[in-house]
Amino acid sequence: MQDTQNIPLIEIRNLKKYYPVKGGILPHTVGWVRAVDDVSFSMMRGETLGLVGESGCGKSTIGRLLVGLEEPTEGRIFYQGRDLSTLRKNPKEMRRIRTRLQMIFQDPYSSLNPRKQIYEILAQPMLYHEISRRDTIHRDLRRLLDMVGLPETVLGKYPHEFSGGQRQRIGIARALSLHPEFIVCDEPVSALDVSIQAQILNLLKELQAELKLTLLFIGHGLGAVSYVSQRIAVMYLGGIVEYGDAQELFAHPAHPYTKALLDAVPIPDPAEKNRPRQLLQGEIGSSAAPPDGCRFHPRCPWARPQCKNTRPPLQKVCSDPAKQSAFSHDTACPYGQEGSLSEWENIS
Amino acid sequence: MKKDTLSEKKKHKPARHPADESYLRLVFRRFVHHRLAAVSLIVLGVIVSAALLAPIIAPYDPQDIAGPFAQPPSGSFWLGTDQIGRDMLSRLLYATRISLLVGVMATAISTAIGVLLGLIAGYFGGAADMIIMRFTDMVMSFPYILLVLVAAAIFRPGLVSIILILGFVDWPGIARLVRGNVLGLRETNFVKGSLVAGMPLRHILFSEILPNTVAPILVYATSVLALSILDEAALSFLGQGVQPPTASLGNMLNGAQSLTVLTTQPWLWLPPGLIIICIVIAINFIGDALRDALDPNGGK
Repeated sequence: MQDTQNIPLIEIRNLKKYYPVKGGILPHTVGWVRAVDDVSFSMMRGETLGLVGESGCGKSTIGRLLVGLEEPTEGRIFYQGRDLSTLRKNPKEMRRIRTRLQMIFQDPYSSLNPRKQIYEILAQPMLYHEISRRDTIHRDLRRLLDMVGLPETVLGKYPHEFSGGQRQRIGIARALSLHPEFIVCDEPVSALDVSIQAQILNLLKELQAELKLTLLFIGHGLGAVSYVSQRIAVMYLGGIVEYGDAQELFAHPAHPYTKALLDAVPIPDPAEKNRPRQLLQGEIGSSAAPPDGCRFHPRCPWARPQCKNTRPPLQKVCSDPAKQSAFSHDTACPYGQEGSLSEWENIS
Repeated sequence: MKKDTLSEKKKHKPARHPADESYLRLVFRRFVHHRLAAVSLIVLGVIVSAALLAPIIAPYDPQDIAGPFAQPPSGSFWLGTDQIGRDMLSRLLYATRISLLVGVMATAISTAIGVLLGLIAGYFGGAADMIIMRFTDMVMSFPYILLVLVAAAIFRPGLVSIILILGFVDWPGIARLVRGNVLGLRETNFVKGSLVAGMPLRHILFSEILPNTVAPILVYATSVLALSILDEAALSFLGQGVQPPTASLGNMLNGAQSLTVLTTQPWLWLPPGLIIICIVIAINFIGDALRDALDPNGGK
């Protein structure tokens, strides 16, 4: 038996999700959209992984796969070392595990049933899963609301009576109500006002520390993601192109796409206005007909002929074993390592 | 100028504080805003309560021969008597009762069938959707009155069979309506949230999805109610519906098939005809107003 401390809480291996494209006079499958194409990563308990990428790169699909809203086309998802696909045959166990994997949605306006009072929204799952009983439910709900910073009076109200930020707090309370270990935060702040975003991010950070939660934080804004995450995975067209400790990844981006993303972040300093920046040309490719070889090569300022042929795997950035243990940093670009960085500067 | 802004403020107050008002109150307020619907509600209320109170307020037993036959309206028989001397007013009250009963029961059955099939088709999609919707199309494309006539000929005509027959032909519209709504609701985040929370199917279908599609169902059901009452009248008029001596609005019109009655004894067919028209028009107006009142995007 392995030590549970060393088993990742969540591990996905070679995960793929293809959606059929229907067409023709008699509808049949004419192609596949490769929303998620061969993604692997693992998360230790208490860790926050940020998943960044442009819209349509498959980051939300990974989130939905993890909480069971979608079935993977291929690949495995492990929860505490147990394969979720084999667990599906055991509905009772599956239901128990489902409560452990929760989700916070992007749009706080559509994530609460408009016909239900907050009491019903929060209490029904808790009572169903016997996390609380009729005689203790009010005490439990009070504690829950206290955690997300809402007064008890919200219980008798309907969702339309709240602002976006308050709704998102209710959404967080719903995710927490089932005592989960892992929460997918699917762009939880991108629909909110900037002034509210910080509050919600801080709340998530506090709750994560307090409850030892493991978070998968999906976002397209690097700022928000880096604020809450210890590690970051950068996605492009269904695949992870760079993965590593947040600080290391920001300090030494090793993939041209990551570098372009970082350069696209505006810096509120006039002196920086003319800094050299690598901005991306063109549009994100189609995941129905992804480019051969490296997915990024048509937009890469720095593509070489061989990039068109083989898809580069993730590999360690630093070859020095002494430094490797200190941080993790993988990239899918073989030319992004220290040696080639000078070359990058020359081009940009 | 000052007065203007003041009155405007007053006008906007209810819209600004929807929270102070419960949803049902808001719907009621929007509903009575429709004058015609409010009047219709009163008319329908009078007709329904008269029908319900028939045993108390009817002056004679509807089956009893109470006086001379084919008497025109008079002091003792307000609406006259029919060809065998039964009191028309008493018969009319009991007939309304039967017709409303048929309408309500048939609507209840078709709504139940339509909602269930629509939920299944919309939520599960795929083969279930395909089979259910093709079956729905089939029922819809059948010449309606013919189907009912054939069914009425196969089963013994009577109160129960007419309710069942009408209940089983009126559901396709509701099924389609519900399916369309479920297709949209299935993808909403609150349904996804419930799935993630591991809630059982019955909770998702009946507690998350169904309450959000009740308003259109209610509106549609009113038109089904009006249609059922009309269909019952048509069937009974043709002798395939509610069987005499039980009175229904349709079989009271039966007498009007004879030319003499039609031309010389209008008290035999005019009142039931008028009652049918009143009921159907009132229900349709109420349905229209309900649609506007329940519309979440509607104004105050």
